[in-house]
Amino acid sequence: MTGVPMAYGLILGGILFALGLAGLLMRRNLLFILVSIEIMLNGAGVAFVAAGSRWGQPDGQIMFLFILAMAASEVSVGLALILRLNRQHKTLDADAASEMRG
Amino acid sequence: MTPFLEVAFYVAGVIAVLSTALAISRLVAVHALLYLIVSLLAVAVAFYTMGAPLVAALEVIIYAGAIVVLFIFVVMMLNLGAEARKTEREWLTAKTWIGPVILSAILLAEVIYLIIRAGPHGAIGDVVTPKEVGLALYGPYLIGVELASMLLLGALVGACHLGRPAPRKAERSI
Repeated sequence: MTGVPMAYGLILGGILFALGLAGLLMRRNLLFILVSIEIMLNGAGVAFVAAGSRWGQPDGQIMFLFILAMAASEVSVGLALILRLNRQHKTLDADAASEMRG
Repeated sequence: MTPFLEVAFYVAGVIAVLSTALAISRLVAVHALLYLIVSLLAVAVAFYTMGAPLVAALEVIIYAGAIVVLFIFVVMMLNLGAEARKTEREWLTAKTWIGPVILSAILLAEVIYLIIRAGPHGAIGDVVTPKEVGLALYGPYLIGVELASMLLLGALVGACHLGRPAPRKAERSI
C-alpha cells in the first residue's frame, strides 16, 4: 500500500468532478463548456487511478488510458463543432445554436 | 507509511483544486487554459505520489501537451483580426501570469523534492510499474485497445468532416 490513502484520492477526484460540473452549469461559452467536460473526465480518471493504486493493480491506470483516448477524440470533434458554429453564427454562445427544434 | 508522500499529495491536490476553480471562473479563454494546464500538471504530480508514474507522464504528455494545445490552437483561430495584437498586449501583464507562475513554481519545488527523496532508482512507495500496465493492457484489455483505436479513427474522420471549408449554398444539406 502506498502512502496516500485511497479516500483522499477519491475525494480529490470528486472535488475535481464537482468543479467541472459547476463550470459546465455556470458558463454559456462553448469553449468553457468543453474545458469543464475535460475537468470532469480528469476527475473521474483520478478516482480510477486512486482506486487502482489502493490494490496495487494496473486496472485503474488502464481505465485512465481509455478515458484519455475518449477525451482526446471528444475534444477533437467538439472543437471542430465549435469552429463550425463560430463560422456560421459568429459567436461562441451555446444559446445561439438553438434554432434546431425537433 | 511514508508521510512525505502524503504531504506531497496534499500540496498537489490543493494546487489542483485551486487552479481548477480559477480556470472555470476566468473571463478570457487563454487565462482559463493557463490555469487548466497548471491543474493538469498538479494532477500528474498527484498520480506520481499515488504510485502511478506511467499515468503521470501520459497526463503531462497527452492532456497538458496535446489536448490543451488543441484548445489553444482553436482560441488562436477564433480571434484572428486586427485587434488581436492590442488585446495580446493588454493580456500580457503581471496580473495575468503571476498566478499560474506561482502555482507551477510550487509544483516544481515539490517535484524536485520528490526526485531527491526518491533515491537512486526513482521509485517511491509501492509503484504499479509501466511494465505491469503494458502487460495487462495488451493481455486481458486487448479488445479495449482495439475499440479505442476505432474511436480515435471515428473522431479523426468526424473532425475532418466538420472542419472542411464551408460548402456553397446549393450543396449545404447537413
